[in-house]
Amino acid sequence: MKGNLRAILMFVAMFAALAAVGLIQSWSLALAILNLCLISAVMSLGVNIQWGYAGLFNVGIMGFAALGGVTGVLISAAPVTAAWQAGGSGIVIALAVSLATILAAVFASRRMAAGLLRKLILTLIIVAGYFLARNFFDPATTVIEAVEPAKTGYLGGLGLPILFSWIAGGLLAAAVAWLVGKIALGLRSDYLAIATLGISEIIIAVLKNEDWLTRGVKNVSGLPRPVPYEVDLQQTLWFQDWAARLGATPVEFSSIFVKLSYAGLFAMVLLVLLWLAQRALHSPWGRMMRAIRDNELAAAAMGKNVTGRHLQVFVIGSAVVGIAGAMLTTLDGQFTPASYQPLRFTFVIWVMVIVGGSGNNWGAVLGGFVIWFFWIEAEPIGLWLMDLLTAGLAEDSGLRRHLLDSAAHMRLMTMGLILLLVLRFSPRGLIPEK
Amino acid sequence: MDGILNALILFSNFVLVPGMAYGSQLAIGALGVTLIYGILRFSNFAHGDTMAFGTMATVLVTWALQSWGVSIAPLPTALLALPFGIVCTILLCLATDRWVYRFYRREKAAPVVFLIASVGVMFVLNGLVRFIIGPDDQRFADGERFIIRAREFKRLTHFDEGIAFKTSQGLTILTAVIVVMALFWFLNRTRAGKSMRAFSDNEDLALLSGINPERVVMITWTIAAALATIAGVLYGLDKSFKPFTYFQLLLPIFAAAIVGGLGNPLGAIAGGFIIAFSEVTVTYAYKKVLAYILPDNWAPDSLVQLLSTDYKFAVSFVILVLVLLLRPTGIFGGKTA
Repeated sequence: MKGNLRAILMFVAMFAALAAVGLIQSWSLALAILNLCLISAVMSLGVNIQWGYAGLFNVGIMGFAALGGVTGVLISAAPVTAAWQAGGSGIVIALAVSLATILAAVFASRRMAAGLLRKLILTLIIVAGYFLARNFFDPATTVIEAVEPAKTGYLGGLGLPILFSWIAGGLLAAAVAWLVGKIALGLRSDYLAIATLGISEIIIAVLKNEDWLTRGVKNVSGLPRPVPYEVDLQQTLWFQDWAARLGATPVEFSSIFVKLSYAGLFAMVLLVLLWLAQRALHSPWGRMMRAIRDNELAAAAMGKNVTGRHLQVFVIGSAVVGIAGAMLTTLDGQFTPASYQPLRFTFVIWVMVIVGGSGNNWGAVLGGFVIWFFWIEAEPIGLWLMDLLTAGLAEDSGLRRHLLDSAAHMRLMTMGLILLLVLRFSPRGLIPEK
Repeated sequence: MDGILNALILFSNFVLVPGMAYGSQLAIGALGVTLIYGILRFSNFAHGDTMAFGTMATVLVTWALQSWGVSIAPLPTALLALPFGIVCTILLCLATDRWVYRFYRREKAAPVVFLIASVGVMFVLNGLVRFIIGPDDQRFADGERFIIRAREFKRLTHFDEGIAFKTSQGLTILTAVIVVMALFWFLNRTRAGKSMRAFSDNEDLALLSGINPERVVMITWTIAAALATIAGVLYGLDKSFKPFTYFQLLLPIFAAAIVGGLGNPLGAIAGGFIIAFSEVTVTYAYKKVLAYILPDNWAPDSLVQLLSTDYKFAVSFVILVLVLLLRPTGIFGGKTA
């Protein structure tokens, strides 16, 4: 009970801090922070499922978040008919050829006896399939990217409501996680870390360079929203009435209203996921996961399939991260592959989980809130500190200018220090596992 | 006949020579990772940023030397600054061991905790390097840029194609040979090196034989720091110094160490070259080479590039995956536990 009270107090303090930002800086900013806090909380919940339940170290969170992000585009962007007509068939054939190659390779490796002949045939199938697929793929991408490159130049999406991408993003991330987990789990723990680091770099490279799919670094913007647009709100009568009654201008109030609607949607997702995660943790399945985490040998001796359960939990956790990624694209209304930086998307999430309390879902959520809040507010604080520290130096001194310019990099260092300090002195985090 | 020779020269110029240099850089980097793994038993995620730190220290000293007019032309001034960079990095590594890793060693923490701690260290170093020198590209190479220029090669040999051999590439290969020889002499011939190998093979037995574990760990960090700095400076001389690139080098370096078998120094060297050559051969466009070999009307229209250079990480990753699927302990057999 005492632990619960402490947790509740900490959440209250967190919301008080957000309210303080609202009062001191602006409500619009406070809500913007809150929205990203909610998304971060979902992400750190996903990582907590992997790390806290099962002790799996995933260094590729960025990649899974980006996969969720790109589904936002694939689901909601309007399809580009001209591009489909020009190169759609080529892409479809290339994909079919790739799929056939993989199936043929799997079939060959299953059916043939091990030996030199099998290796040769396998290599032959893969090489031939690769070149055949490239043969259809390369011309198709060229013509697709030539379709109005300034505006489209890609296939577009399905034109469905963007909310569907939250589910699809989770599924896509889960599929990739299954593949990675299948390869790297069951070996020594470092391998999963390195494999996830690799896959996330590759995912980002693909999203940046495959212009026919994602427009690459040209970004896709103007994705449809699940909530009303400010401009439309400002022109409706009831909304103007409402704003007037609250004593705010319609412009100001519409921005707050939109952000609040997003916050409502995100909070709903977070609560559902949190409820599911809590149920799972306190079910026999959750107890088994923790037993495996605490002593793999003993759990295996009890007949538990350690690698299988690890794969399961890795897939589930990655799916949650994928959902958060799709939510982020929804909030931004655009997809910018270049914005996916490992420090921002992988390591900050790790700090959230460790600081919040690994193994405790409420802790992970609180960690998401606290760390995101500091991540945003550290910049003004850091600048102010630097300004104070260098106040004695002359206005045009090179050192002063350098220090002020580099204040932004202080965030990385601070995050690293927080991670190290919490890991060392309070490894159970803000809200410890029971 | 001339066509084939020209194709060979072209191939050497764009694949063989850069591959050798890049392979040496990866090999030295992977040696550091593998040594840490052998002795401290975790994959050091901070290695890339340790390389960046060492390079940064060297770059700063190089700039100071350049501004004082000190030079060892035709060699790059950075070579003179390298020892200072190594000393700084050794101090840094010993400090992080003292403040971060030693605690977990005494607690006998799980390897994954070390892993997370190394991620924290990586973060701090990354911030530190960007704070001191900034996130941008820095050039610090000076001295004679080429050992052989493509034009001179053509003049001497009368071929249509030429081989350009950069000083930095020559230096890299030479340094790699010296470093590897020195390291193996140390590991096989000296008392400290032997105690390191004993500790890596069987910790308990080594402790029973009276080997001081803290001393072994100290020596390991010293060597790893020196290797990281050398690898980083060579890479920086060859290309350029940008902190984020060094973070990205982590993947090929890990892949190299795993391909060779984690904890196995010989394997790390082989792994470095395997990764480097695969990366360079797969991302090279063979159009011109084929044009020399094939009859005139067969010359390809496309670039004949297996994979665009943007996907060079994918090469290390695919090799890594193949090794994990087929031989998880690496080609040369490393530690299993």
